[in-house]
Amino acid sequence: MLAMIAKEVRQVRRDRRTLAMMIVMPVMLLVIFGYAASFDVSSIQTAVTGSGADLVTANLPGTFEVVPVDHGDPVDVLRRGEADVMIVAEPAGATAYIDGSELFTARAAQAAFNAAAASGAPITTEVLFNPELDTSAVLVPGLAGLILIFIGSLVTSLGVVRERQAGTLEQLAVMPLRPRDIFVGKIAPYFVVATVDLVVVLFVGWLVFDVPFVGSPWVLALGSVLFLFVTLGIGVLISTVSENQGQAIQLAIMTLLPQVLLSGLIFPLESMAPGVRWLGYLLPLTYFNQIARGVMLKDAPLGSLLMPLGLLAALGLVVFGLAVLRFRRELGVTRRGVEA
Amino acid sequence: MIFGLDEVTVIESGQTALGEVDVEVAPGSITVLIGADGAGKSTAAGVMVGLRRPDGGRVRRPPRRKIGYQPEAAGTWAELTVAENLAFVAAAHKLGRSQKPRIDALLEVTDLTGATDRLAGQLSGGMRQKLAVAMAMLPDPELVVLDEPTTGLDPISRSELWRLLARSAGEGTAVLATTSYLDEAERADDVVVLDEGRVLATGSAAEIRAGFIGTIAVSDVAVAGDHAWRRGPRWRVWSPDGSTPPGLLRVAPDLEDVVTAAALLRRESA
Repeated sequence: MLAMIAKEVRQVRRDRRTLAMMIVMPVMLLVIFGYAASFDVSSIQTAVTGSGADLVTANLPGTFEVVPVDHGDPVDVLRRGEADVMIVAEPAGATAYIDGSELFTARAAQAAFNAAAASGAPITTEVLFNPELDTSAVLVPGLAGLILIFIGSLVTSLGVVRERQAGTLEQLAVMPLRPRDIFVGKIAPYFVVATVDLVVVLFVGWLVFDVPFVGSPWVLALGSVLFLFVTLGIGVLISTVSENQGQAIQLAIMTLLPQVLLSGLIFPLESMAPGVRWLGYLLPLTYFNQIARGVMLKDAPLGSLLMPLGLLAALGLVVFGLAVLRFRRELGVTRRGVEA
Repeated sequence: MIFGLDEVTVIESGQTALGEVDVEVAPGSITVLIGADGAGKSTAAGVMVGLRRPDGGRVRRPPRRKIGYQPEAAGTWAELTVAENLAFVAAAHKLGRSQKPRIDALLEVTDLTGATDRLAGQLSGGMRQKLAVAMAMLPDPELVVLDEPTTGLDPISRSELWRLLARSAGEGTAVLATTSYLDEAERADDVVVLDEGRVLATGSAAEIRAGFIGTIAVSDVAVAGDHAWRRGPRWRVWSPDGSTPPGLLRVAPDLEDVVTAAALLRRESA
C-alpha cells in the first residue's frame, strides 16, 4: 500500500496543473467568490424627475444613488439601462418605476419603498419588464450564454485536442490545406451547433418558463455572434496549451466557473467588492448577459447596448486573434522550410 | 528528383535528436529508417514532411500536395467511416470525383472494400494501418512517408502492407518508412540505420552486411564481455579483429549482428 501511495504522490507532484488546481484554486476561489457571493445590493442607480424631485431625493435612503438622465420617459430610461429605478414625483404622488430585469436590485428597491411606505412616505411602485420578478426570466438569457460557453470553450477545445492526440492534427498539417481552412473548418460546426442550441434554449425558455422575448432578434444575434467568437477563441486557446483532454477540461472549467459567479448571472455585479467586480468586467458572459436581458426582457435598442457589444467585440478581437496566432503557430512551424 | 535530408540536425530540449543525418529517397524505391525506440526515426520522418523544422541541414521534398504522410498514431479519423476518411483526403487534395477508380483500387489492395461503411475507430489495428497507408497514397504523391506503419501488426498484415509499399514504389513513388523491425530492412531498397540520432550505416541490406568488420561467433553458454549479447537461447560474440574466440562457432553475420556491432562501436568511441 505504501508503494501505491508513493507512486500516486509522485504522479500528482509531477502533474503541476492538477496540483495547482488542488492547492491554489480552492484558496483563490474562496477569496474571489467570498467577495463575490452577495445578494445584498449596496447601490441602486436612481433617476428622479418631476416637480417634487428635490423633496423625494432628499428623503431617499442612502442605497439609492441619484443619477442624472436625459429623458423623462421612465420606460425609455430603464430600457436604455440609464438607471435601475426612476421616480416620477408629481404633486398627486410619486411613482417609482423599477427595472425588473435586475432581479436583486429590483427586490431591494421594492423592499426599501415598502419600508418607506410603512414609515409614512408612500411611493407607488411599478415593476417593468419582469413584473412578477420571475427568476427564470432573468436566468434563462444568462443560461443561454452559459450553454454557448460550454459548446464554444469546452467542446471546441476537446475537439482540437482530440485531433492532436489521434495524430490527425499532424495529418492535417501535412495536407495542402491553409491554416485558416483548418481553423475555420474546425470551429464552423461548433458555431452552427451553438447557434442551434441558443435558439432551442430560448424557445424552451419561452415555452416552458414564459420567458419573454420582446426585443430585436437581430440585436441578440449580433451579440451572440460576438460572444461566440470569444468563447470559440477561448476554446481554441485552451486546446493549444492542453496536452490531453483532461487538461482541456480542467482549463475549461477554470474559465467557466468565474463566468458563472462573477458575470452578474447569479450575484449582482454591484454587490461585489471592487477588485472582484473588475474581474467580472473582463468576462464575456457579463456583456452577453447584459445584451440578452436587455433584448429579451426590455426591448433595449441597439444604441443602448453599444457598450457591451463593443466590449464583446474588443474581447473577441483579442481572444480570437490570440487563438488564431497560436493555432497558426502550431501548424505553421511545420510549414516553414519547405523546399519544393 | 531524389528527395532526402542533407546533414540534418535537430535539437530537442538541449539534446541532439538528429545529428547531421543524411537520407536519400529516390523515386520508385523504398528507403527504410531503422533503429531502436528513441533513435530519431520519427523525428527524421517529421522533418522530411515538414512537421519539424531542422536546426541545421537541408531538406529536399516535393510540394505538400505531392506528399503522402502517415503519422505514428495512424492519423485516421476514428469517427469517420473508411470511405469518409478517404473522401476527406481526396477533398483536401482537391482530387475531385475522377479519383474514384483510384480510391476503389486502393480499397481493393488494402482489402478494405468490404469495410467502407465501418468507422475507422472500429477497425482492427491492421485494418486501420492499411487505411492510413491508403490515405497517404491516395493523392498519388511523389513522396510517401510512413511512420512505423507495421508496428503492432501481425505478420500477415505486415506482409500485406509491405506488398502495398512495393506496389506504390513500383508506380514510381518515393517511399520512406520507419520501422523497429530489422527484418523489414531486407524488403527495402535502401536502409538507414539510426542510433541515438546518428547514422550508423546506410546502403542496401546486403551492402550494410558486406561492410561489417570482424566476425560473429555463437555460444550456447553465457559469455561475458562488452561485445557479447544474448539473442534467443544463444549468445553472440563480436570480435572486431576478425578472430574467433576458442570453443565458439563462427557464423555469417546477419543484419541484426551488423547493427548491434555498429551501435556498440559508436558508443565505445563516443
